[in-house]
Amino acid sequence: MERRPNARSGAVASAVSLRGAVVLLGGFPALAGADLEVVPGEVVLVRGPNGAGKSTLLHLCAGLLRLSGGHGDVLGCDLHADRAAVRRRVGLLGHDTALYGELSAAENLEVWARASRVAEADVPGALDRLGLPPRLRDVPTARLSAGQRRRVALAAIVVRRPELWLLDEPHAGLDSDGREIVDGLVAAAAAAGAAVVLASHETGPAGGLATGTVTMAGGTLSEGAQA
Amino acid sequence: MSAWRGLSLFVGDARLVAAKDLRIEWRARTTLGQVLPFALLVLVLFGFALDANRPTLRLATPGLLWMTVLFATVVAVQRSAAVESADGARRVLLLSGMAPAAAFAGKAAAVAMQLLVVEVLLVPGVVLLYDAEVESVPLVAATCIAATVGLAAAGSLLGAVVAGVRAHQTVLPILLLPVSAPVLIAATRAFADGFGTVAVEGWSWVGLLAGFAAANAVVGAVVYGPLLEEA
Amino acid sequence: MTPVGSLATPDEALVASYLGGPARTGSRFTFWLGLATLIGLAAVAALGLLAVPADDVQGDTVRIIFVHVPSALGAYAAFGLTALGSVMWLWRRSVWWDVTAHAGAEVGVLLCGLTLVTGMLWGRPTWGTYWEWGDVRLVTTLILFLVMVGYLSVRALGGDAASVATRAAVVGLVGAVNIPIVNRSVNWWANRTLHQQSSITDGKLEDLTLFTLFLAFVVAAMAICWMMMHRFRIGWLERQLQARDLHDALAARRAEANR
Repeated sequence: MERRPNARSGAVASAVSLRGAVVLLGGFPALAGADLEVVPGEVVLVRGPNGAGKSTLLHLCAGLLRLSGGHGDVLGCDLHADRAAVRRRVGLLGHDTALYGELSAAENLEVWARASRVAEADVPGALDRLGLPPRLRDVPTARLSAGQRRRVALAAIVVRRPELWLLDEPHAGLDSDGREIVDGLVAAAAAAGAAVVLASHETGPAGGLATGTVTMAGGTLSEGAQA
Repeated sequence: MSAWRGLSLFVGDARLVAAKDLRIEWRARTTLGQVLPFALLVLVLFGFALDANRPTLRLATPGLLWMTVLFATVVAVQRSAAVESADGARRVLLLSGMAPAAAFAGKAAAVAMQLLVVEVLLVPGVVLLYDAEVESVPLVAATCIAATVGLAAAGSLLGAVVAGVRAHQTVLPILLLPVSAPVLIAATRAFADGFGTVAVEGWSWVGLLAGFAAANAVVGAVVYGPLLEEA
Repeated sequence: MTPVGSLATPDEALVASYLGGPARTGSRFTFWLGLATLIGLAAVAALGLLAVPADDVQGDTVRIIFVHVPSALGAYAAFGLTALGSVMWLWRRSVWWDVTAHAGAEVGVLLCGLTLVTGMLWGRPTWGTYWEWGDVRLVTTLILFLVMVGYLSVRALGGDAASVATRAAVVGLVGAVNIPIVNRSVNWWANRTLHQQSSITDGKLEDLTLFTLFLAFVVAAMAICWMMMHRFRIGWLERQLQARDLHDALAARRAEANR
């Protein structure tokens, strides 16, 4: 069982390697034998209709779900044996924001930074990059708009500097300015050697960034862009 | 990683979680705005229910006070669990990679702080309303601390058991109140000694409360991880 | 459930991890065990109600111990199994132990309720009250009963089987840790236990009474085994049903891709 991060081992090791992955949610096979390979520096777009299993796939890659069958390695960690070790090294943007509504954007990011043991000094910079105006940074996030909360959630990922970015519908709820910022972040992360998995149900402009596209349906993945 | 460094990381994470919960609580004012008025109201209503009979009230003071604290625990724990269930916020604890035991310690500590605030205001309340007299301040203070740590530990653990479940508001009291029976008995007895209403050995009851606190804190530290995963 | 990466396809592996074990709740063994239990119960009833003489002190009420004492011990034994099963689920994720823990709690609640009812019925003529707060064992058993009811209410919450198992196991573990503390606290609190301490060993009981009590223990153990086996197999069959459904669900899920 290879558990060391193998970035230094010469050959390009995969950031995500799933083979026949099965995930059960309350007895329902949300993933029914999914195969996926993503190498560092790659941006993979996962396309598919609602209910195809895209969110489950991202949560599995984040080490948040138990693998019930098949194989899974993320960032060199076996998902059967040590999925908790993956979590610190991934950034996940889900449908929900994972923010505390009573805390402000700055406070939320400080909690994220201190809990993840990364520099708190990056917090203002991250909020700048997401274009959140300073006057909104000390307002409880519950009072922000959905798009603004999403920007804060993305800033939390920027602060964490993950090796694997998992973005579920990254353009949802964002204006064109916000979408450009996200595309910029994804390109920069990939250029810095991180792997990125984007999930989207639409043929949106996110496709422009992607170095590869896979189609998801019925809890399985297939190569290619055509649905 | 040395044991010392591991401990300081643990304490740091626990403090982070506790500070965050207390800040959220301060913003939402659940304890101050709802639990405290409720607790004081219960004291007044017990006064009516016991027919404003001073000797009876003085005798019943410790028990009424701790019943009230027990109800406050249920509310505080429910709120503490709800904070993590809302909007996927649990992912902060999971993805940070912090030790689940540290998260548990932090959440329990925040609940304990809130309960201590309630107790600090309830004790003068019974002195004023029920004519109670505090004979031994150290005994009363030690009882409060030991009982509160135990209630916060057991409560936070069982709060996590029902976190994210639709029926959590009804199930939590069913789980928490029976196992809290020793706290109710022991704290009531210790207070009876501290208030001078019954001649018992109050400090041995504090020892029992400390045992309850230690046992539940250890169980919580061990099993909080699996609960955080599954809920 | 162990990781099953080495098998060819994930669904075969998944199903294999569930399958095995009995396909029905009954077996030849449980049939004969059940029959023997029924005969035993009849024998205890006949001996206890007719043959055993009334006690010098307690009179006819002594007969209630043939139900009360075995069911009390059985309740604690069943909850011990639940506690052990809870630990084994949390530690090893053993489905077998999880099903055992659930079975133990259901059988335990039944026996615990029987203990409380018979205890109160005996208390009325003997102590002059149905409920005696000063009695440590009675109060502890009531708390145990409430904890187990809580355990079953968590079991009934529904949702993902593994999630429910973990939640319930924590309740089982918390109960197991706290019941001794409850006992200790009630003991100090009451400090005046009324309970019959050791009528069994202090030689006050007649030989025939002792024999009947011994027989009652054996029959109770048989009855508990019979109930546990059936309840365990129901739980196990439920798991098998889930596994069978899973097989179909996986196929149906994959078929969505070809639509």
